[in-house]
Amino acid sequence: MPVTVEIPTAFRRFTDNAATFAASPATVAAVLDQLTAQYPGLARHIRDDKGQIRQFLNVYLNEEDIRFQGGESCAVKDGDRLMLVPSIAGG
Amino acid sequence: MAELFELKCRECGKLWGNAPRSFCEDCFSPLEITYDYAAIRASLRREQLSSRPHTIWRYAELLPVSPDQIPSLPVGGTPLVSAPRLAKSWGLGELHIKNDAVCFPSLSFKDRVVAVALTAAKRFGFETVGCSSTGNLANAVAAQAIRSGLAAWIFIPSDLEAAKVMATQIYGAKVARIAGNYDHVNRLCAQIADKFRWGLVNVNLRPYYAEGSKTVGYEIAEQLGWRLPDNVVVPMAGGSLITKISKAFRELTELGWVEPKPVRFFGAQATGCSPISSAVKRELDRFEPQKPNTIARSLAIGNPADGPYAMNVMRSSGGWAEDVSDPEIVAGMRKLAEFEGVFTETAGGVTTAVAEKLIRQGRIAPGGTTVLCITGNGLKTTDALAGEFAAAEPIPPRLDAFEAYLEGRLSAAVATK
Repeated sequence: MPVTVEIPTAFRRFTDNAATFAASPATVAAVLDQLTAQYPGLARHIRDDKGQIRQFLNVYLNEEDIRFQGGESCAVKDGDRLMLVPSIAGG
Repeated sequence: MAELFELKCRECGKLWGNAPRSFCEDCFSPLEITYDYAAIRASLRREQLSSRPHTIWRYAELLPVSPDQIPSLPVGGTPLVSAPRLAKSWGLGELHIKNDAVCFPSLSFKDRVVAVALTAAKRFGFETVGCSSTGNLANAVAAQAIRSGLAAWIFIPSDLEAAKVMATQIYGAKVARIAGNYDHVNRLCAQIADKFRWGLVNVNLRPYYAEGSKTVGYEIAEQLGWRLPDNVVVPMAGGSLITKISKAFRELTELGWVEPKPVRFFGAQATGCSPISSAVKRELDRFEPQKPNTIARSLAIGNPADGPYAMNVMRSSGGWAEDVSDPEIVAGMRKLAEFEGVFTETAGGVTTAVAEKLIRQGRIAPGGTTVLCITGNGLKTTDALAGEFAAAEPIPPRLDAFEAYLEGRLSAAVATK
């Protein structure tokens, strides 16, 4: 069972409308690399000029923000879900 | 633009018209509302406001509502009360409390943002609205949705104060308690907004919603006699309010309604959830998200969406941020009540205690005019005060019994002096 990356609607114009992407187990960083290798148009929306994940994009591994799980170097296993969610709400 | 306002990307500057969207589809940064200030300046003088009711709609031209759409609900227009006793105790010259603990209809500043958001929801044809909330927003959406004829779905963390849950359910809103903290609820709501055609006020309606906070700033300036204060102390959860008060002051200056003046912005958080204040104090480029653990649940947002902008407002204005412990929060609530007769919720305890800390540190100078933004009512968080006041033994309804009781109280008071 692969890693499933969930793509928010706003990103789907870069993924031929695919709502999910199947990746191989790796680190978060490597899974994101697999995603942007498949859909190069997404790359600049995921990382800024310095190569950091964009400040207003939150990445969740299963139920938890990756920043609580060691960041991009944390391991993603078979069957895990990686979610990309724009940082938008408050209050 | 046909209308005098529209969405603009805060990073790349692209204009997006008016639609229920909260981030730029080009660069995925947040959107906010921009206005045609030249047109507003040409058509509106501040003197024209004096004949209007004291509600947020007094400033309608500076809000994202069309002239034919201005609601009648009397939201906002809360008192700016001078606080001479607190000022004296802190050695300050002039201190005021912007008291949104008495905002209509649901006793917090969230009434302002929701009033604007629901106007947008109707404009965009939503029949169901909702929010992720730490409590006050839940109350405000539930109360105002019913008046607007909209169905309401409210998403809350499961550990929310009982009073805030009840004060949402009473209006007939559907409440979904989520097993997790606010940031989990928030993520879920981002996904719900992506899938359902609902107007979530702080998700897809967020740019409209957030503009309502500016009215706190307009009111402060007008209530000070159309002048800006020197220092403002603002509680921070998602970090939006402090940025919007700053925007309000900028706009008033641009319109020529107030004299230009540097205003220092000070942000207040609970130590148990202090991603923004710790980033300011540690001079970080980016804040680090936290797992909230504080009695100030209305401020318990560990991953604040407007954190970067709030940090910028404080830094660029020469302000600062601080945070306080739970006991300090309770002490702050008691101090505001005992000195100025204002009963605020835990968030107001945070603001009061942080103000005191910043004054002691010398960050807030004793001269000038300082305003504390009190954003919610103490009756919503009475559980934070459990154990603070012992229940007295009842006394018989006889004068001699009362006199004996009074004698006992007076000697006890002498003994403790």
